[in-house]
Amino acid sequence: MFDKLADRLGQTFKNLSGKGVLSESNISDAMREIRRALLEADVNFKVAKKFVAEVTEKATGERVLKSLSPGQQVVKIVNEQIVELLGSNAEKLELTGKPPHVILLLGLQGSGKTTTAARLAYLLQKKQNRRCMVVAADLQRPAAIDQLEVMAKKAGASFYCDRNEKDPAEVTRAAIHKAGLAYNDVVIVDTAGRLHVDSDLMEELERVKAVAKPDESLLVLDGLSGQDAVNVALEFNEQIGFSGAVLTKMDGDSRGGAALSFRAVTGKPIKFVGIGESVTGLEEFDPSRMAGRILGMGDIVGLAEKAQEMFDAKEATKLQKKIKTNSFNLEDFRKELVKIKKMGSLNELMAMLPKGMRPAGADLDSSQFTQMEALINSMTTRERLRPEIINGSRRKRIAKGSGRTVSDVNRLLKEYRTMKKMMKRMRSTRGMASMFR
Amino acid sequence: MNLREKLKKSRDALNRKLGLVFGEGVDENTLELAEEILLASDLGWELTELVLERFRKEFKLNRDSSWKVILVDILEELLPENKSWSSDAKPAVTMVVGVNGAGKTTTIARLSQAITRDGHSVLMGCADTYRAAASEQLALWGERLGIPVHTSIEGTDPGSVTFDAIKKAQTLKLDHVIIDTAGRLPTQKGLMDELSKVYRVAGKAMEGAPHRVLLVLDGTVGQNALPQAQQFMKFIPVTDIVVTKLDGTAKGGSVFAMARELNLPIRYIGVGEGADDLVVFDGRTFVEAIVGGND
Repeated sequence: MFDKLADRLGQTFKNLSGKGVLSESNISDAMREIRRALLEADVNFKVAKKFVAEVTEKATGERVLKSLSPGQQVVKIVNEQIVELLGSNAEKLELTGKPPHVILLLGLQGSGKTTTAARLAYLLQKKQNRRCMVVAADLQRPAAIDQLEVMAKKAGASFYCDRNEKDPAEVTRAAIHKAGLAYNDVVIVDTAGRLHVDSDLMEELERVKAVAKPDESLLVLDGLSGQDAVNVALEFNEQIGFSGAVLTKMDGDSRGGAALSFRAVTGKPIKFVGIGESVTGLEEFDPSRMAGRILGMGDIVGLAEKAQEMFDAKEATKLQKKIKTNSFNLEDFRKELVKIKKMGSLNELMAMLPKGMRPAGADLDSSQFTQMEALINSMTTRERLRPEIINGSRRKRIAKGSGRTVSDVNRLLKEYRTMKKMMKRMRSTRGMASMFR
Repeated sequence: MNLREKLKKSRDALNRKLGLVFGEGVDENTLELAEEILLASDLGWELTELVLERFRKEFKLNRDSSWKVILVDILEELLPENKSWSSDAKPAVTMVVGVNGAGKTTTIARLSQAITRDGHSVLMGCADTYRAAASEQLALWGERLGIPVHTSIEGTDPGSVTFDAIKKAQTLKLDHVIIDTAGRLPTQKGLMDELSKVYRVAGKAMEGAPHRVLLVLDGTVGQNALPQAQQFMKFIPVTDIVVTKLDGTAKGGSVFAMARELNLPIRYIGVGEGADDLVVFDGRTFVEAIVGGND
């Protein structure tokens, strides 16, 4: 996410930083570029206009232009402005007081409410040890109830529905009552998607909200959406009111403009972003880290967190032992591959590194890992544990079994040997093995 | 509520804004307003610049016309050509693709309904074997509309469902098959590979199939519309565009820009979930909705 914006801003910054003297026209060119970058990233045009006006005002002051490095100064101003736009603190869910706490999800059709409901339950159960119940209050879309039921099961949450009830407010009331009896401490209500101009459905939502008395009402916004996101947010806020937003479909190519405009327009925080296809794809939104990504400074904290999630102390100790005794075999190699793959696509991971640290020309392909894994998978256990026995005919068999060529097998074995050599060297250098700790 | 009324709803807000400047004649103010309208409709920076450039010229030539009319004319000219579609194949196979939540299933239900209403027969095939309850959703639509549906259980290979659906339609001698696919973001390579496989399998079930591939886009989509469509087209030859959810305040300007760039016809637009809410695209109405039109 934000890759395009980061690229464009980076280019503008480069042009600015190189200049020892800045004229008014340099600045106005740069501002034009910045405005364009924001608009192409789907930032609301009013927000973009205001943004540029504020930066221009700060940047054309005497102090900036006469300073030693005016270009750098302007870059700094833009950076600060972006951080300000996103807000600086991550705002968590406010679930205090007497349970059950109620979270109401609202939004347009197709923005991802049902998926988010299940993901939120999964996240709260895993990170906060909550007992969640998801409630199917979307009685409009055909089979929405079934979808939520299946997803709730995947998330390991309880599920409530009433297929004979026609009133979502009534479903919500009954669900909250039942949650209290069943010691569920968070109730997540999935409502039907609706347009902000559909007054009947908005009234219905108001009634649901009145019954639910939610601790948190979250607007679920499609991360791919353009200028209209702001209208939707403002209308929902005025008619129903919400405490924050969830931005969905934020993988890869999302422009993320909605994220940049949302807070500026509504004054409310974005609390989560949705990524990927699985039930685990919901992350807490941290604006300062997001700003880091936009400004090409990466998101090292996020990367470390991802690594942490995959980290298993027992496995790590085992691995360390293997390195010490030089018995690292292909089975271990395979395990490491799987771990890296689980962290997400390589491109996604690379995007979290600061610009300067990314390998050049990298359009990394995670499929290489899959290929390597396939190769190892078609080896026998003995071959994995003692790779040195892999001779010509075994190579042929392995290649055939994994649909690759013998030279692919050779390449894999070479990689493995290089890695083993590296480990040997690390073993002899004191303290290096602690890399894996 | 008919289409005109629905589109009008989204125009009203703009008209109020326009009324303010109407009396003031032409100046930078108008230009800025025109820019605002274009940007707010998601037309994007590049196309907006192009339109404004033409607008300045045209304005000098036609000082008498209302500037809104000039703007509408310019936009209409920029729309990609829209030839009508027909196929001699029987069944004519249509595949429907798009990102998650774009409105594929609703579009399919409404399209099938329109086909039935015209006296033709149709089968809906559910190759969305990924999303929970996707086939139930399509099956419910089938039940409501009295249209046959071919589904299978979750997790089945979508290619095989497609194959079976086409074969079934051939046996039943139906006129159309419409295949629903799982929503996917085009950055998910594995899912996109699966999509091109489904496409190939359709061709194996029946020569020349699918005869058209509809890409469904949410009308609220922003500048992602173009890269989105381009990425889809790397894996599957999209032939037509459908824009949904234009009954809100979104204008679908980014879809316009994308269709123009890729020279793809916009075939249908969705203005709601009701029976008559999938309508054949009309360029003039569409650009009038963007500009605020002449009521």
